[in-house]
Amino acid sequence: MDRSGSRLFVLRVLVVAVLATLLGRLWFLQVHDGEAYAVAADSNRTRPVVTTAPRGEVLDASGRPLISNRTAMVVAVNRSLLRREPDGGDAVLARLSAVVGLPPDELRRRTTPCGERLPDGRVAGSADGCWAGSPYQPVPVAQYDTRDAAATRSVLAIEENREDFPGVTADLQAVRDYPRGTLAAHVLGYLQPISEEEVARPEYAGVQGSALIGRAGVEQVYEPQLRGVDGVEQLLVDKDGTVTGTASTTPPTPGSTLVLSIDAEVQAVAERELQAAVEAARQRPYYRGGGNVVADSGSVVVMEAKTGRVVALASYPSYDPTLFTGGISTEEYRALLDEANGQPLLFRATQGAYAPASTFKVISSAAAVMAGQVGFDDVTPCPGVFGPTRQSNFGDADLGALTLRTALVRSCDTNFYKLAYDAWLADGGLRPVAEPKDPMISMALAFGLDARTGVDLPSEGTGLVPTRQWRQEYWESLKDDFCAGAANPAFDAERRARNQDSCVDGFRFRGGQATNFAIGQGETLVTPLQLASVYATIANGGTIMTPRVGRALLPPGGGPAVEVAPQPKGTVPVSPEVLAALRDALHGAANEPGGTSYATFLGSGLDVAGKTGTGEVNGKQDTSWFASFAPYDDPELVVVGVVSQGGTGASTAAPMVREVYEGIYGLDGKPAALPGGRLPAALPVVRPDGTVALPP
Amino acid sequence: MTTEWGVTPRTSPVRLRPGGASLRRRALRRRSLVRRLDVLLLGAVAALVVLGALLVWSATRPRLLDAGLDPQQFLQKHLVNALLGLGLAAGAALVDYRALRAYAPVVYVLSCLGLVAVLSPLGSTINGAHSWIVLPAGFQVQPSEFAKVAVVVGMAVILAERHDGEDVPRHSDVLLVLGLASVPMLLILLQPDLGTMLVLTAIILGVLAVAAAPARWIAGLLLAGVAVAVGAVQLGVLEDYQLDRFTAFADPDADLRGAGYNVDQALTAIGSGGLLGKGLFQGTQTNGAFIPEQQTDFVFTVAGEELGLVGAGAIVLLLGVVLWRGLRIASEASDLFGRLVAAGVVSWFGFQAFVNIGMTLGIMPVTGLPLPFVSYGGSAMFANLVAVGLLQNVHAGATGVRD
Repeated sequence: MDRSGSRLFVLRVLVVAVLATLLGRLWFLQVHDGEAYAVAADSNRTRPVVTTAPRGEVLDASGRPLISNRTAMVVAVNRSLLRREPDGGDAVLARLSAVVGLPPDELRRRTTPCGERLPDGRVAGSADGCWAGSPYQPVPVAQYDTRDAAATRSVLAIEENREDFPGVTADLQAVRDYPRGTLAAHVLGYLQPISEEEVARPEYAGVQGSALIGRAGVEQVYEPQLRGVDGVEQLLVDKDGTVTGTASTTPPTPGSTLVLSIDAEVQAVAERELQAAVEAARQRPYYRGGGNVVADSGSVVVMEAKTGRVVALASYPSYDPTLFTGGISTEEYRALLDEANGQPLLFRATQGAYAPASTFKVISSAAAVMAGQVGFDDVTPCPGVFGPTRQSNFGDADLGALTLRTALVRSCDTNFYKLAYDAWLADGGLRPVAEPKDPMISMALAFGLDARTGVDLPSEGTGLVPTRQWRQEYWESLKDDFCAGAANPAFDAERRARNQDSCVDGFRFRGGQATNFAIGQGETLVTPLQLASVYATIANGGTIMTPRVGRALLPPGGGPAVEVAPQPKGTVPVSPEVLAALRDALHGAANEPGGTSYATFLGSGLDVAGKTGTGEVNGKQDTSWFASFAPYDDPELVVVGVVSQGGTGASTAAPMVREVYEGIYGLDGKPAALPGGRLPAALPVVRPDGTVALPP
Repeated sequence: MTTEWGVTPRTSPVRLRPGGASLRRRALRRRSLVRRLDVLLLGAVAALVVLGALLVWSATRPRLLDAGLDPQQFLQKHLVNALLGLGLAAGAALVDYRALRAYAPVVYVLSCLGLVAVLSPLGSTINGAHSWIVLPAGFQVQPSEFAKVAVVVGMAVILAERHDGEDVPRHSDVLLVLGLASVPMLLILLQPDLGTMLVLTAIILGVLAVAAAPARWIAGLLLAGVAVAVGAVQLGVLEDYQLDRFTAFADPDADLRGAGYNVDQALTAIGSGGLLGKGLFQGTQTNGAFIPEQQTDFVFTVAGEELGLVGAGAIVLLLGVVLWRGLRIASEASDLFGRLVAAGVVSWFGFQAFVNIGMTLGIMPVTGLPLPFVSYGGSAMFANLVAVGLLQNVHAGATGVRD
């Protein structure tokens, strides 16, 4: 074959190679990778447009709106667009600063995702108010009421001068509205943007990266029901994003309406009286001297004794939930957590822990009587000082010989020291028997202390019951510190000796600790809601009801209501006779001369039974308590009040609770917030048009 | 100058048909064009043109509808182009074989004049390439397409003029054809039209190779091509968009909104077509107009998306048939001239088809070349069909010699 022919042969081979290459590649793209490309082509031609589902409203027990929705103008910054600016968006933020009235560096901090570096090189943390949502989502920096024409006009300047504000949007959005202002702020909670990590979780499936979710209160607990399901319209688009049609449409399903057992009027009474009590207390000198009463914080709990339904939960100081709408500023958030301001974000009713003091004596009494140590009418001495532990009565008073009932009524301490000390000795004292009975500790646990009540509110505290096991663990965790302190030359001799004792046998349950526990002191801590649950259990005849804030969920469109049924958690090991005797003693305490709150309830017109408490706190003023229920013969409501650093129970908490009762029942010339003290039996009804029909 | 080129007797499929009187066969052989036609070549080209018309229709229909225009506007123009092209092809096929060489200088000079005209104020720029002459009544001519024909025929004329007893072309002849080809190449470089430059290079290499030019020349030209390419990049002769296309080829994900966009969308279109495709007019990528230039350079993506592996593979195989017949015609040509013309046309079609389809499949850089017979575009259609006519002419010449 000549050269030309062989060159033709090479050409032929080339052609075959080229064809084989093309066919092979075609097979690879269309068959091997075809599925993936089909998916890509589908997402290429559709753009989801999400219609946020209207979030469910929150109503009080009578259907009064506590949270509703309104339209607001929300200014947001899209950081990924901002970063494309030559100067990283500094000029844009400076211009935006003039419109929204926030300093540019504040805008920079709030639009920086948490964990990324700020311009000064620090890593942005929650103290900077960093952005916890997806880095690709616009960050809301300000929101304006559309009813405020002046504000809306200035914000519209952003939309009208788009070229000056790349990456900044001003859109109308539905935001939470609080028709009753700050009322029940802690109970309601607030919304914040969902975090990137949360979006990935299964419980948030279908939730947009830009969504706001409940971060506290019922907004958090009932998030799935309130949220509803967002609607999605899949628009067909061409390469320019021009809409050519609709591939599919799923309309949004609004969230359910949440009806609370909270009564807005009772809540208002509780909050008003709590604040009034705090302010009045601050005008009085502290009874142990050293200036006026501090009264830094407090709480009031109003609960149905039989059902555990919570009628009011007040916490002082409180905050304005609208701070969170449209994004909270760094300074504002810091202020809500600042101890100097009394940590307004802390919900005292469920998260505040205080020594229960004498209010705890109902549990000590029940324990001693059920253990057979004493009867309610057995007479025992109430000396000024209890010999074995050298612990004294309140004010060192010697009340002579009295019955256990009278000891409760007049709040003798030494009487309870003896009962506790005897029980401690029976358990072996410092050399405990194998299975000590610890009747008072067991009774406290049986009443549900040292555990969450299970209320439908987030981040509830457990309080503390210092059991032997807790002492052992606590000692083990601190033993090394005690032993080091025993040899610390900087400490004086007495302090070294104390550390030495703790180092050697700090795990031991001592007689003085047992006696202290009997009067609700020492390490013992309860939340106001826990104490309310204890008194509700005594009032209702021994059943522990799980406290409930939510009453029912009304589905959108008017389907049958889903009730949050009252939930019995168990019963306490206390006989009905003993419970009746406890109620009788508590009634006496508020109604018999010599009773600790007799003076307070003199002429109140309501048959209240209740117990004061004055909790001693190291380095602080006493905690003022009053725990009660009414009416005595058929208890409806439990009211518990506490004022931290409020002085004695009789001076601050007890009068406050009386005011609350009067406000609820309409006594002493006050209008009745909840006539008869009964929540409406029927639920409010959401009509198909979305309006609410109140229960009869 | 006949048998020394090793022309082997050839049997056409038509002739394989059993039966038939020898008299009639002889008559047909002498007179009938049908008898002297390569039917497979014609069939494959016709099939490609018809498929192309459907694909152009599908690609332009949604865009025209969007613009409120007649959705068949491009289809009609395409069919008119194809019919005119068929006429030109028939002309090229029927011209007396021996007279072809005489026309070569005319075609060459006309092409070069056309290319000069493009650079004059008569020329206009479309899609970044200054390659067009806009004529009255909305007609546009792209002279670089005809330059391909001119270079093929011109080279074949010179290289076929062999001195007695020579098996290989003289160096002077090689230099002459290079000089001849360099004029249109230079003019096209000035447009600049990188794709056509590359096609002309492929033609030159193919024709020189089959003309049995020394391997030194082929290797040297390849090296020179690489040097020119490097130099062009270094000296900034290439436009930015051309450089971007190569960058996008090296790293397709680098700039999905910019230069990498076409390829990304093309791959999505073809890949999503799967085995059987989404059906004609049913391509979502096509209907959404996601791929720019889809009726011209990216017409293969319509086939990939709407007709699937079956349809796109059929286009590749039909092009294979064209190339196979072209190579066959080259090897059976009655003289060196015919063989070189056929080899040039095969190099042209083969290279251009590979680069065009390869770019839609992401294995070649985007160079703005239409797919022969399939893409929309009058000048290319005419040039391609004229080239097919030349192949038929060579084929007929080979049959004629046997008589």
